Amino acid sequence: MKQKNKEGLAGFLYILPWIVGFLTLQLIPLINSLLYSFTDFSLLGKYKFLGLQNYVKIFTNDALFKQSLKVTFYYVLMAVPCKIIFALIIALILNQNLKGINIFRTLYYLPSILGGSIAISVLWKYLFMDKGVVNQFLGFLGISSHQWLGDPKLALPTIGLVTVWEFGSSMLLFLAGLKQIPTTYYEAAMIDGAGCWRRFWKITLPELSPIMLFNLIMQMINAFQDFTTPFVITEGGPMKSTYLYGMMLYDQGFKFFRMGYASALSWVLFAIILVLTSLTFKSSQSWVHYGDNL
Amino acid sequence: MMKQKTGSKIVSYMLLVLLAYVMIYPLLWMIGAAFKTNEEIFSGSISLLPKHPVFGAFAAGWKGSGQFGFGTFLKNTFILTIPTVFFTVISSVLVGYGFARFRFPCKRILFSLMLSTMMLPGTVIIIPRYIFFKHLGWLNSYLPFIAPAIVGCFPFFNFMMVQFFRGLPLELDESAKMDGCKSFTILRYILLPLCKPAIFSVIVFQFVWTWNDFMGPLIYISNVAKYTVSLGLRLTMDVSSRFDWNQIMAMSLVTIIPPVVLFFSAQKYFVEGIATTGMKN
Repeated sequence: MKQKNKEGLAGFLYILPWIVGFLTLQLIPLINSLLYSFTDFSLLGKYKFLGLQNYVKIFTNDALFKQSLKVTFYYVLMAVPCKIIFALIIALILNQNLKGINIFRTLYYLPSILGGSIAISVLWKYLFMDKGVVNQFLGFLGISSHQWLGDPKLALPTIGLVTVWEFGSSMLLFLAGLKQIPTTYYEAAMIDGAGCWRRFWKITLPELSPIMLFNLIMQMINAFQDFTTPFVITEGGPMKSTYLYGMMLYDQGFKFFRMGYASALSWVLFAIILVLTSLTFKSSQSWVHYGDNL
Repeated sequence: MMKQKTGSKIVSYMLLVLLAYVMIYPLLWMIGAAFKTNEEIFSGSISLLPKHPVFGAFAAGWKGSGQFGFGTFLKNTFILTIPTVFFTVISSVLVGYGFARFRFPCKRILFSLMLSTMMLPGTVIIIPRYIFFKHLGWLNSYLPFIAPAIVGCFPFFNFMMVQFFRGLPLELDESAKMDGCKSFTILRYILLPLCKPAIFSVIVFQFVWTWNDFMGPLIYISNVAKYTVSLGLRLTMDVSSRFDWNQIMAMSLVTIIPPVVLFFSAQKYFVEGIATTGMKN
């Protein structure tokens, strides 16, 4: 008994750093942010309790919120599926027994190492400017050039491309998953005369579905909060067409110092993410296949 | 049958090479652009090699336009990143070991709490954290980056270490315990040497994320003397040299070298590590 207590104490001591961190830097901030969201907190001395006023304003009297939410949904719906499908296709190609696969794996992962950096945002700005490399290249192919970052219709997809370009970590997870599918499944299917397409739908995809779910949820949470790329490349423009939610939060909280209002905005985003992830989890019961025995 | 297989292999290779070229082209272009004249960049030439190579961009960009140059920004970024990575490794190893190898009350609840914080959107706690650090007088210092690492506030890495420890055979611990080793001795001398792949993954991930971080420095650092490379780059882009594009490309190149070098030197371990995390759940 005494031995057990001792062991329990040791365990607690090892995880103690995290407990301290969880309380001071996660739980208490989370509660505080909810409290601030009911006030007009602004760093400038006194603040007062507003009740639900911030939230009422967000939903009834904030045109920027509506615009930003629209843009963000459009961005997430576009970038996340593209990224995941792309990652899956590349993983399938890489999973063949080809020589030198490690080199390709490394090269494809490289953008994920750099994607979030300012250097890449700067680079993107140059590649897609009016007389930039992309337009020159299209010119060679006889395609007319576009104002990638100046046209409100094109700016958001152009920025989304940076996200898709960072498909590396999703790809690595798919690849690891593919390696775990027993080859006997495929052999059995081949004996039954199942074609390549059918094997993909009936074996590969179901076996990968737990990883698909993980990728989908993590990428979704991240994409809803993207900030750096549009902040540096387009500053939210043209005509607020790339004004992602993260930028609005930054502007309200750290440019105008309306921290109470920004907190309310962050809780609205939190609620949206929470609803969407739990819907995804719910739906996953019908499409995620957890490796039961055959 | 045989023929068809080689055929499809060739097609696969061609696809892979073409795609690799498209993926890496922007980076190659960046390297080339650092040696191009500004006129050549502005004309939008798609050639990777500069027509008339110039070498002044690095020196000029390095000096910067104001009082502080990229020497300072690079040094600052290292001063911020290295302790953050170091303490992340320590805390994630301790927390991972605690969760993977000990039984204590409420362990399951605590563990699922930790997992759920992995999905907590960072944006919700930015403002209260900022206010908290402001009260502590930590603005304009690197403590807002280092302190969370000390107290294990990166659940992703804790989880990664838990998963890794779980994969190590329990017999190792038990035989050492029989020999009378204390739990910390077991961790330090028996398990830690086996954790190399996981620790390398933590190092690479955390180094790259901290190095590239933009929003954090943007919020916490306002003194140019303490700017990191990401703030420095933005400053260069905004203020002085809107048209010194080769300088901006040259400095962009300089700032991505440390993460790229680290990635290549640790990539063997790193790929193993990332593959084990997402998988065993």
